[in-house]
Amino acid sequence: MDVDGEGVSAVATGDRTIPMHPGRHEAFHQFTQQKLPACKPVLTPAWVISIFLLMGTIFIPIGLVTLHASQSVVEVVDRYDIECIPEAFKSNKLGYIKDSSIPKNCSRFLKVYKRMKAPIYIYYQLDNYYQNHRRYVKSRNDQQLLHGLKYNGTSSCKPEQTNNGLPIVPCGLIAWSLFNDTYEFIRGASELTVNRKNIAWKSDRDHKFGKHVYPFNFQNGTLIGGGMLDPRIHLSDQEDLIVWMRTAALPTFRKLYGRIEEDLNADDVIVVNLMNNYNTYSFGGKKKLVLSTSSWLGGKNDFLGVAYISVGSSCIFVCFVFILLHMKNRRPYGGHNLFVLEQERHL
Amino acid sequence: MPESSRRTKGKIRWSKLYTFTCLRPSTADFVHQEHLGQPGFSRVVLCNETQLHKTKPHKYPSNYVSTTKYNVVTFLPQSLFEQFRRVANLYFLLAAVLSVTSLAPFSPISLVAPLVFVIGISMLKEAVEDWHRFLQDLNVNSRTVKARVGNGRFADKKWRELSVGDVIKVHKNEYFPSDLLFLSSSYEDGICYVETMNLDGETNLKVKRCLEATLGMNEDEELSKFKGTVRCEDPNPNLYTFVGNLEFENESYALCPAQVLLRDSKLRNTDYIYGVVVFSGPDTKAVQNSTRSPSKRSRIEKKMDRVIYLLFSFLFLISLVTAIASAFFLKYEMLEWSYLRLQDDDNPLFNPSKPKVSGLLHFARALILYGYLIPISLYVSIEVVKVLQTMLINKDIEMYDEVTCKSVRARTSNLNEELGQVEIILSDKTGTLTRNEMEFRKCSIAGISYGGDMKEVDLAASRRMNTCAETCRSSIDESNTSQSFEFSELSEADIMVTEKAIPGGREDGENLSTENPEISTVGKESVIKGFNFRDDRLMNNRWIHRSNLYDVIMFFRVMALCHTGIPVEANQTDKLKYEAESPEEVAFLVASQEFAFQFFRRTQSVMVLKELDPSSGKVVEREYKILHLLEFSSSRKRMSVIVRNKGGQIFLFCKGADSIIFDRLAENGKSYQDSTALHLSNYAEDGFRTLAFAYRIIESAEYEHWNSIFSQAKTTIGPERDELLDKASEMIEKDLILLGAAAVEDKLQKGVPECIDKLAQAGLKIWLLTGDKKETAVNIGFSCSLLQQDMKQFHLCLSKEAETKIQVKAMKEDLLYQIESSYQVMCEECNKDSPFAMVVDGKALEVALTDGVKNQFLQLAVNCAFVICCRVSPKQKALITRLVKEYTGKTTLAIGDGANDVGMIQEAHIGIGISGMEGMQILYFVYKNIVLGLTLFYYECYTSFCGEVLYDDWYLVLFNVILTSLPVISLGVLEQDVSSEICLQFPSLYKQGPKNISFAWKRIIGWILNGVVASLIIFLANIYILSSAAFRQQGEVADVAHLGGITFTCIIWTVNCQIALLVSHFTLIQHLFIWGSILSWYIFLLVYGALPPAYSKKGFHLFMEAIGSAPVYWMITLIVTVASLLPYFMHIVIQRLFYPLDDHILQEMKYCKKESINNQVWQREQSNSRKSTLIGLSARVDARIQYLKEHLHQRKKSIYRSVTSSPIYKSLTSSPLFQ
Repeated sequence: MDVDGEGVSAVATGDRTIPMHPGRHEAFHQFTQQKLPACKPVLTPAWVISIFLLMGTIFIPIGLVTLHASQSVVEVVDRYDIECIPEAFKSNKLGYIKDSSIPKNCSRFLKVYKRMKAPIYIYYQLDNYYQNHRRYVKSRNDQQLLHGLKYNGTSSCKPEQTNNGLPIVPCGLIAWSLFNDTYEFIRGASELTVNRKNIAWKSDRDHKFGKHVYPFNFQNGTLIGGGMLDPRIHLSDQEDLIVWMRTAALPTFRKLYGRIEEDLNADDVIVVNLMNNYNTYSFGGKKKLVLSTSSWLGGKNDFLGVAYISVGSSCIFVCFVFILLHMKNRRPYGGHNLFVLEQERHL
Repeated sequence: MPESSRRTKGKIRWSKLYTFTCLRPSTADFVHQEHLGQPGFSRVVLCNETQLHKTKPHKYPSNYVSTTKYNVVTFLPQSLFEQFRRVANLYFLLAAVLSVTSLAPFSPISLVAPLVFVIGISMLKEAVEDWHRFLQDLNVNSRTVKARVGNGRFADKKWRELSVGDVIKVHKNEYFPSDLLFLSSSYEDGICYVETMNLDGETNLKVKRCLEATLGMNEDEELSKFKGTVRCEDPNPNLYTFVGNLEFENESYALCPAQVLLRDSKLRNTDYIYGVVVFSGPDTKAVQNSTRSPSKRSRIEKKMDRVIYLLFSFLFLISLVTAIASAFFLKYEMLEWSYLRLQDDDNPLFNPSKPKVSGLLHFARALILYGYLIPISLYVSIEVVKVLQTMLINKDIEMYDEVTCKSVRARTSNLNEELGQVEIILSDKTGTLTRNEMEFRKCSIAGISYGGDMKEVDLAASRRMNTCAETCRSSIDESNTSQSFEFSELSEADIMVTEKAIPGGREDGENLSTENPEISTVGKESVIKGFNFRDDRLMNNRWIHRSNLYDVIMFFRVMALCHTGIPVEANQTDKLKYEAESPEEVAFLVASQEFAFQFFRRTQSVMVLKELDPSSGKVVEREYKILHLLEFSSSRKRMSVIVRNKGGQIFLFCKGADSIIFDRLAENGKSYQDSTALHLSNYAEDGFRTLAFAYRIIESAEYEHWNSIFSQAKTTIGPERDELLDKASEMIEKDLILLGAAAVEDKLQKGVPECIDKLAQAGLKIWLLTGDKKETAVNIGFSCSLLQQDMKQFHLCLSKEAETKIQVKAMKEDLLYQIESSYQVMCEECNKDSPFAMVVDGKALEVALTDGVKNQFLQLAVNCAFVICCRVSPKQKALITRLVKEYTGKTTLAIGDGANDVGMIQEAHIGIGISGMEGMQILYFVYKNIVLGLTLFYYECYTSFCGEVLYDDWYLVLFNVILTSLPVISLGVLEQDVSSEICLQFPSLYKQGPKNISFAWKRIIGWILNGVVASLIIFLANIYILSSAAFRQQGEVADVAHLGGITFTCIIWTVNCQIALLVSHFTLIQHLFIWGSILSWYIFLLVYGALPPAYSKKGFHLFMEAIGSAPVYWMITLIVTVASLLPYFMHIVIQRLFYPLDDHILQEMKYCKKESINNQVWQREQSNSRKSTLIGLSARVDARIQYLKEHLHQRKKSIYRSVTSSPIYKSLTSSPLFQ
C-alpha cells in the first residue's frame, strides 16, 4: 500500500503523534487515522433529566396553543344524504337518485352555535368513497387536461376514454364522476353570497388545467356518473372539477365548495337549499355539508394539540420517574466496580 | 584461470561442512517404484526437450499461477451470477422484470435504477479487487530465473514462461519457480540447503542431495548436453513424498524426495543449483497444497441472510393479507362502487367475476409493492463500508512497521467485522510469534547460574504488587480495614523477598528495571546479534577469576567445538559471523566468541580456536583435530564431537537435552546435577530453550577400540546400519561429566508477550500450530506466557506413524483412551483456578482429526485455555482451522507468516472503531426499511388493498440511494464507542464482540419492533392530524400528494435522527451526512416541485405552494419524529442508567473524570477487567502474586501457631494479669 510518504517519515522519526501536515492534508490524515475531532455525547442522568424536562416544557405549551387554535374553530356539520330523500323513496334510494324526473332539491336548516368569522369555508364531505382506488386514480390524463384534444393518447382513461368514437375531454373516471350537488345559503331573508372562485390550488389552475381546453363530448354517454361541465368555460376555470380531480388520500374526505365572506352570528339559522344530485346510495356513501372557519392551523382538529400535550406530559412524567429512581438507586458515575458486576451478569 | 580456481576453492570451502558427516545411502522407497507407469504415477518429463511438452501426450500446464477469481470473458457472467446468488438481489431482479408489466405498482425506473446502482457498485468492487489480484499474480509470474536457452547459455526467463523439461539455474536466496529435480549444485558433493518455511513453517535448513549420476554436471556447458527422462508420480499435494526415476545414459536411477526442490522454498547457503522443471504452475506441490480460497462469508453476513429471510417471510405475510383482503373487497364491496365502473372492461386486476385471479395478481403486486421492506441497498452499503474500513486499516499509522516500511494490508474486505468477533486465534509460530533468531541468554556453569537470577515473572509480580501497595496505602485512611492492612504489609514484605536479589534496593517498581544493570537487559535490544547476556562475573574475560575455572573453560570449549557451524568473515572487526544449520548453534558460537573462545577456522579435519589463556592472559590459537562427529537427530537428542588436542588428549564434547545427558553421567560427573536441574527448570519456565553440556576424556586405548567398532558400523550397508551406528555412539557417549547448561531464547517478535496478554484478557483462546518439534513449541508456549508451570497439561502423542489398518485402529483406540482420561481429569478439576493446556503432536493429530475421534478431541481441545499442535503440515493446519470453525461455530482467526508482524495484529482488532457496530448497521437497515415499507402497507388498508402507493415513485427511488444511505455508511466507517487507547487499556471490552450482543436475535426482534412502532406512530399520527379538516388557514384540505409528502418527511426525519441516536462519536462527517441527508430531502422537494408538472406530477409545487407554508407540516414533523424515537430513546436511557455495558461506563468515566484518567479508580477498573483471564503474562503474574501471598500467609500462620503453642504464651494468656 502506498502510504503517504511525508506522513510516514514524520511519524517514523517522532513519537506517534500526528505529523505536521498543512491544512487539507491534515484533515485527510486525521480522517485516515480516525482522529477527527469529535464530540461524544454521553447520556448522564443530568442530561437525560434535562432532555425530558426540556421536551416537556416545550411540548406542553405548544400543545396548549395548538389545542386552543383548534378549539377556536367553529364547525357546523350536517349529514343530508338520508334526510333529503322523500319518505316515499326511503326504501328505494337508488330508484330515487337515478330517476332524473324526480326533483332533487332539498332544504336543510343549520343552526350556528357560535359566532363564525368570515371567511367561512363550505365543504362537502363524502364517506366510504374510495377516491384513492388505484383504478380510479389512474383513470385520468394530465396531458389532455393541459393540452386538450391536441393530445390523444388517452388509453389511461379507460373505461371513460371515448364516446361514440370521439374522445372525451376531460376523460377518465375521476372527471366522469364529478360531484354535482349544489348548495344555496339563505340567512333570514337574504341569500348569502358564496364565493366559488379560488377554491382550487393556484398551481393546478395555472399549470395543470389548460386555459384553452374546453370540455368536449363530456357526459354524453349512456351512463352518467356525475356533474356536467359548461363546454364554454375552459378547464382552468372549472374549479369544481379541479378540486375534484385532486384525489383524496383516504376514503373519508372533504372538498372545498366555496366561501361565505360574511360573519355568521351565534344562533343564526341558515337555510340551505341543496340539489341532492350525486349518487352515493349505490355504495352506501354518506354526504355531509360542512361549514367551518379556520385558524392558523387550518380546520378543527384536536389531535395535534392532544398529541403534543400527551407527549409533553409523558416526558415530564418520565423525567420525574427518573429523578426518583436516580435518587433511590444512585449509581456513582465512573468510579464504580461495575466491571465485575458486568461480568457476573454475562456469566 | 584465476576465476575458476577461486570458484573451486569456494566449492570446497562450502562443502567441507558435510564431508565428515556420516554419508547415508539414499533410502529411496523402492517399494513404490513398481507403481511407475500406472495410473497416478504416469508423468513423463523429457529433460531439456521442452518442445516435446508443447503437444500431447506430454502436454503439461505452463508455469503461470493464477489466483484471480475471474478473467475478462468470465467476469460479466460469473460476477453477475455471484450477485444474483443473493436472494434479495434475485428478488429485485424479478421485481424489475415485472415492472414493465401493468402489474407493477411503480414505474419501471424506480425498480430498475436502484438495482442497477446496487449491482453496479458491487461488481465494480469485485472488478477492482480482482484487478489487484491480477497485478500481484503478474508480479510473481514475471520474476525471472536463469534458464537454458541452447548452446550452453543460460539467460533470464520469466517464471510464467518456464515449461516442464526446462533446465534452470537458481542462485542463492532465490525462490524456486516450480518443483525441480535437483541435478547438481555449486558444491562438489551435490548438496544444497533449502529453507522450506513457506511450505511447512520449519525453520532449520534442509539438505537436499542430487543423484550421484548427475552430480558432476555443474557447469553451464555440461548441462546443455544433458538428456534424460523422468518418470514420476502425477501432481499431488503431498509435500514429503516423491516417487519416480530418472533414465539417464541408459541407466535408471530411483528418485526420492531428497532430489526434489519445491516451489515456494528458497535456496540458502548454496551459490547455485541446476534443476529440471518437473511440475510447473498449478501442478506444483505448493499450489496443489493451497486450498483454493472460497469466497469467505462472514458470520454476520450469514446471519444477515437469515434476517433477510425473516423480512421476506414478513413480506410474504403482508402480501398474503393484502391479496386476500383485496379479493374480499372485490367480491363483496367493489362492484357497488359505481364510480369505478368495474364491469366496463375486463382488467384482470379488478375483474369482479374472478376475485381469485385478481387476488393472485394482487399478491404478486403486493410482493413488489412492499419490497421496500427488503433493504436493497443493504449489501452494497455494507460493501462500501467494508471497502472504506479496509482503506482505514491500510492507512493506519499504528499498524505501520518502521523496519520493513510496510503498512498493513487488508487483502479482502469481506471479513472486516469478523475482526471484532474472533474467539479462537490459531497462530503459526515461526515468523509470527518468533523471529527465528536465537539469543544466548543465560547459562549455568558448574552449578552457578549466570545472566540474572530473577525470573521475569517474579519481577513483573513485584512491580505490580508495588503499585498495588501504593494504592492500598493511600486508601487505608478511608477504609481502615484489617484486610487492606494485611495486604499492604504483605506486599511490602514480599517485595523485600523478591528484591533481595537486586542490589539496587527497593525503588519504585517502574524505576526498578532501569536502576539495575542485571535486569536492564530485559526487553532491551542486545547489541550483538544472537547474544543477550549480561553478567559481570563472566563478561569482559572476568570468568578467569571464577573458582572452578577448569569447568568454565571446558564449558566454553563445548560451545565452541560441538557444532556444525562455519565461520564467515565479517567486515572490519575481528569478530566473526557464523553460519550453521540451526540458529541455536549460531547463538552458541557468538557467545563463545564473546567469552574469548573464538571458533575461527575449520578445515577438513581440524577446528581452530582462539582461546584466552587464563594464566598468561594472552590469546592463543589452539587446534583440535576432529576425530568424529556424532550427528544430532531427533531420536538421539544429543550431539557429540570427539577431538584430539595438541597434547594428544582425546575429548568427547557433548551437548543435548538434559534428560539424555543426565542419564549418561559418570558417578563423579554428577556434582552439579541438582543445581543445574533447578536452573534448567527455571530457564524452561521462562521459555528458554535449554541444552545441557558435558564432556569426558577418553583414553586413547578405549578410543581405538571404539573407533574400529564405529568404522565397521559406518561401512555396513543395509537397514540395520542406523541401528548399529546408534549402538556404537551409545558406547562412547557415557560416563560424561556435567558442566552445566545454556539457555537460548527463541526471540519473540516485538510486542508478542504484551499482545498475547491483551488477547488473553480479551477472552480469546489461542492455539499454536507449528511445524516445529514439540519441545520448541512448548518452550515458546512458556516464553509467551501461554503455558504456566502450574497449568495442567495434557499431552496427546503417538509413537509411530500408522501403516496398516489394524495399527490405525489401535492408534485410534489409544488416542481415544488418552482423550477420555484427560477429559476426566478436566472434569474432576473443573474449578476455574487451574487452566488446562493441551499439547498434540502431528501424528496424534492425524489420527485425532479422523472421524471417530474428531468430536472427542475437539471437545477436549476447546475446553483448554491453550492448545499447541506441533509437527503439523499446512494441510493439517487448514483442516484444524476448518474443524474448529465447524465444531464451535465461533469465529477463528488464523495468523501466519503472511502477516508477519504481530505488532500489527495486536492493533488490528481494536485499532479501528468497528467493534460492536457491525450488526448495528444491518439492524438499522432493517429498521429504516420497515419504517418505510409498513407505511405502504398501512395505506393499503385505507385503499381497499387495491395497490395504490402513498408516495411518489421518486421518493422511493431516492430513499435507499440518497436520503438514508450516507449516514449509515459513516456510522459503519467512523463510529468509535470508545477510543482505541482505551480499548488497549481494557482488553476485556473485546469480550462484547464475540458475544455478538449487537446482533443477537433478541436485538434483531427489538429493532424490528422498533421499526413497527415507529411506522405506526408516523402513519397514524399523519392520517389523524391530516384528517378531513383543512390543514391550512386558507381552508384547503390535504390530498394524497400532501399526505404522502408530509408522511415521507416524517420518515426521513425519523430514520436519520434514529441514526443520530446510535452514533456516539460525532465527527464533522457524521453531522454532515445526517443533517445533510435531511436537508437533501428538502432540496429534492424544491427541485422536483420546480420541474414542469409533466415530470413532477404529484410533487409539482408541493413544498412551495402547499406544505411548506403550512404550520401544521412543521409541527407534525416535530411531534412525529420525537414520538417515534421516544421508545428507543427510553430504551437506551434505561440501559445506560441502570444496566450499563462496559463501554458505556468507560465513556462515562472518560466524560466525567477527564482530568483524573490515571487515578486509582481507573487502575482498579483495569485490574478488575482482567480478572477472569487464565493465560498470558498478567495471569501468570497474578498467579505468582497469589502464590506469594499464600506463602506469606502460611508463614505468618505458622509463626502465630508456634507462638501461641509455646508454653510462655500459654502461661501468659492464662495468667490472671491478662483477664
